[in-house]
Amino acid sequence: MSAPLRGLVLSGGRSSRMRQDKAALAIAGVSQLQRAVSLLTAQGLQVAVSVRADQTADPLRAGYAQIIDAGDVQGPAAGLLAAHSTDPQAAWLVLACDLPHLDALTLTTLIAARDAARAATAFRSSSDALPEPLCAIYEPAGLAALRDFVAGGRSCPRKFLIQSDTLLLAQPNPEALANVNTPEELQAARAVLDTTAALTLRVQYFALLRDQAGRSDEQVTTHAGTAAQLYSELAARHGFTLGTESLKVAINTEFADWAQPLAAGDTVVFIPPVAGG
Amino acid sequence: MFRFTHEAVDGAALRSELLDHHCGGYASFEGWVRNHNEGHAVTRLEYEAFEPLGIKEGTRILNEAIARFGVTRALCVHRVGDLQLGDVAVWVGVSSPHRDEAFKACRFIIDEVKHRVPIWKKEHYANGDTGWVNCERCAADAHAHDLDATDHAGHDHAGHDHHSHGHQGD
Repeated sequence: MSAPLRGLVLSGGRSSRMRQDKAALAIAGVSQLQRAVSLLTAQGLQVAVSVRADQTADPLRAGYAQIIDAGDVQGPAAGLLAAHSTDPQAAWLVLACDLPHLDALTLTTLIAARDAARAATAFRSSSDALPEPLCAIYEPAGLAALRDFVAGGRSCPRKFLIQSDTLLLAQPNPEALANVNTPEELQAARAVLDTTAALTLRVQYFALLRDQAGRSDEQVTTHAGTAAQLYSELAARHGFTLGTESLKVAINTEFADWAQPLAAGDTVVFIPPVAGG
Repeated sequence: MFRFTHEAVDGAALRSELLDHHCGGYASFEGWVRNHNEGHAVTRLEYEAFEPLGIKEGTRILNEAIARFGVTRALCVHRVGDLQLGDVAVWVGVSSPHRDEAFKACRFIIDEVKHRVPIWKKEHYANGDTGWVNCERCAADAHAHDLDATDHAGHDHAGHDHHSHGHQGD
């Protein structure tokens, strides 16, 4: 008899390239964490969220059953091993929380094809045919082997799957496991997925930009993920002659980084070269 | 305290805000609208500011001056709107126990305000043209002019520094 299957969503990543918590990113009004949990729940699985010890009280995560990462393991293996320690008899279907294109068909395919006699069941990457480690089912014996793998000084789950007895499947939807790591990838995902709920922002213009835009402020509805992307969109619309290298940007009346992700309701001001005095 | 005004600047009234029996010295600087810039005859100026951020950044500059030079009080007022020749565009005043710190802090404040506070200046020329300083003409003209070296000494700001030109006799 095969081990009972449970769901695990990894939310303890550092999101360093995105520069904000990927689990909290909203696409079409739903956070990536909520979306991943809902996809697993819809498969009839009992779901837990993997968190770092310092995230347990975070409002986004506090409402879910949590499994706290072991502090001495790096990366996604930490969440997998913590889940295995919590319930060593279970097989775990693990999901990253940065898979905005993941669909129910992909999960149904994975669960239906699961071979509990193997260490794991996973998809081949649609780009390099290597195992996709963060939308995969790990059997109890596979997780015990992963624990030994990590104890031996290694931590990459993909390498673990490559060297293990892993059943590899073709993806029913080749785009389903494309992840988002950067603000640019987020913008691209929003442009595809978020056709109804783009961000609405207020932009104020001063000096030369006001003259060139022909207005001092406007409401803008955009899929831009950052201030830099927003400026490039507006520069094309209004024919701005200044480039971002000679501008600064303020969001909600404070200087901001060009790569800072935008939020609905933000007020954005592009600051041409100043000339006080 | 940094603020903007749409009215004429009254230096005597501002000076009285800095009086303090702890202080033995006071220094001030006024920037005036002059009738020429880079060889062009200027007839009047317009200033505008992104005031909420300008007040924050201007206040940060004054606090930096107080922390750095140990002066007692510092005040800067920048005018916005339409200005005529001879009008005071910016006023800086500092009081301190000793004069040296007051001079240094006053100089620091005007230099930083010109580089950091979101204020823009549109020049109206005798020939009817207009131009936003540092945004339009200067990009093309900067290399042809003898720049005021004191404008950029010690600064490392965004790429428009070398376009910075004063309207004051500083």
